[in-house]
Amino acid sequence: MLSEERIETDGRTQRDRSGPKGIIVSPPVASNRPDTPVVFDLADLEVFYGTFRAVRGVTMKIFKNEITAFIGPSGCGKTTVLRSFNRMHDVTPGARVAGGLRYRGAELYAPTVSATEVRRRIGMVFQKPNPFPKSIYDNVAFGPRSSGVSAKADLDVVVEKSLRSAALWDEVKDRLKASALGMSGGQQQRLCIARTIAVGPEVVLMDEPCSALDPIATARIEELMRELKSRFTIVIVTHNMQQAARVSDRTAFFTTEIDPKSDCRTGTLVEYDDTTKIFSNPSDERTENYITGRFG
Amino acid sequence: MIDLAEVTSAQPDLSAKRSWRSVKSTTMTGLMIASVVLVALPLIAVVWAIFGRGVAVAFHGFPDFFIKEIPSVARRAGPGMGPAILGTLMVTGAATLIAVPLGVLGAVYLHEYGVGNRFSRLVRFMATVMTGVPSIVMGLFIYVVWTLHFGYSAFGGSLALACLMLPVVIGATEQMLKLVPNHLREASYALGTSKSRTILTVVLPAALPGIVSGSLLAVARAAGETAPLLFAVGAATEYNPHLFEEANTALSIQIFGNATSSFVAAQDRAWGAALTLVLLTFIITLVARVFTARIASRR
Repeated sequence: MLSEERIETDGRTQRDRSGPKGIIVSPPVASNRPDTPVVFDLADLEVFYGTFRAVRGVTMKIFKNEITAFIGPSGCGKTTVLRSFNRMHDVTPGARVAGGLRYRGAELYAPTVSATEVRRRIGMVFQKPNPFPKSIYDNVAFGPRSSGVSAKADLDVVVEKSLRSAALWDEVKDRLKASALGMSGGQQQRLCIARTIAVGPEVVLMDEPCSALDPIATARIEELMRELKSRFTIVIVTHNMQQAARVSDRTAFFTTEIDPKSDCRTGTLVEYDDTTKIFSNPSDERTENYITGRFG
Repeated sequence: MIDLAEVTSAQPDLSAKRSWRSVKSTTMTGLMIASVVLVALPLIAVVWAIFGRGVAVAFHGFPDFFIKEIPSVARRAGPGMGPAILGTLMVTGAATLIAVPLGVLGAVYLHEYGVGNRFSRLVRFMATVMTGVPSIVMGLFIYVVWTLHFGYSAFGGSLALACLMLPVVIGATEQMLKLVPNHLREASYALGTSKSRTILTVVLPAALPGIVSGSLLAVARAAGETAPLLFAVGAATEYNPHLFEEANTALSIQIFGNATSSFVAAQDRAWGAALTLVLLTFIITLVARVFTARIASRR
């Protein structure tokens, strides 16, 4: 499908070419899907590490019960933007977020906002499966216990439900007390998803969740994402363009701009649209070059 | 397997070649082995001497030596070291109860909360200085601020030992906290867990085996300290189960006192006490190791 597109678009000459600063944000109504409520509303978001500006000028809206994919070359700020959604930058010394970032209308970086409360609603799955060195049960029960659930019966219910949602229950129901570190990589990542779901979040952020997994485990996670879409809003960072094309409803393409004066690399959003549009008829030349494999 | 005569020139020559590099390698390997032997020699000699002279004394009429009170007349032959064993356990036990919680909490502050601030730099500097304070100076300090006011007691010795253990526990715990991978902290934060709860439920359990090892090192070293105890504990010969009252004794004090005595019977008891101290430290280490292994495997 992609290669067909490549042939078709190779002959393009009078394509709309935006300048290096032009960010094309097509209105999301272009799709035939019904519009869902806005979950994240970014207005000219910037992220700094110390004095270094890692990301600038990200303006976009992320919609409820959709899978939104962030793609782009390494160092373009995809993960940096993702980590600003659940205030994970708070624990990185020197990291600072500027610009507007609203979650269902509420400013995420307002001084009264508790990062702990934010993270209970916006969970995160990391690139490398990172289960705690505890039992499978204790891993899943960790979040609910942190939120004050202590009754064994309640925890049992949450653990089973979460493991079922992550399509892991049948594999582990007889060894819930075994160490999570004894599982395979794919199982560990599904355990991390179950652990995130157990908190009862509204959004699940996934930072390259399949990059450490083999194709079969990847397929299982993708299937899982499609199932979970009805209950959660999912934002996924991926290096794998086929993955973005397979699972996501909308895709955002980021790239790196190099300041010719200071040689400083800053990531920025280039194009954000329906996934089908991005992969078949992108508006920006840089997006097209990237998805057709001409750079990155 | 291959007959050398059959090897044709077409096959690669895979045999080791003698070169200047291989000579250097052999020489250095030899030197390293020699160093290992040299390092191990004193240890073997010490263990040999203590077991050689101590076993006959300590295990004669077992378990008399470990239970009976110390003869009040040094020249009289016979057991035992009971009060000194109890004294050592009390003094080091109380010192551990003071130093380990303080040290672990201090290290948690230094590594998790006060990163880079002026106060934590000051505390870390003080801890380093404290490591360098000679134990006899620490004993003198406790003698002045405690013993002169409250008299001899096991607790005075505990205070001195706790001061000596504290920087070791802080240092070891901080190193172990550094080794806890950051992705575990992030995983916990991402589940909406507060910092304090993350430290309690994720960071400290992951660092526990290392913290126990570090604390054990401190305990083992403190158990053998003599100088600070001479000032603070005294040298009783009878059982004294009271932590805060009256003179007590410890194995290290008895080793010092008996070994420097001119009576053969006393010197024998010193060897027995030395063996007892080595065994005691060994047992404590073993128990703690088994205990942490249990906890670690349960997770």
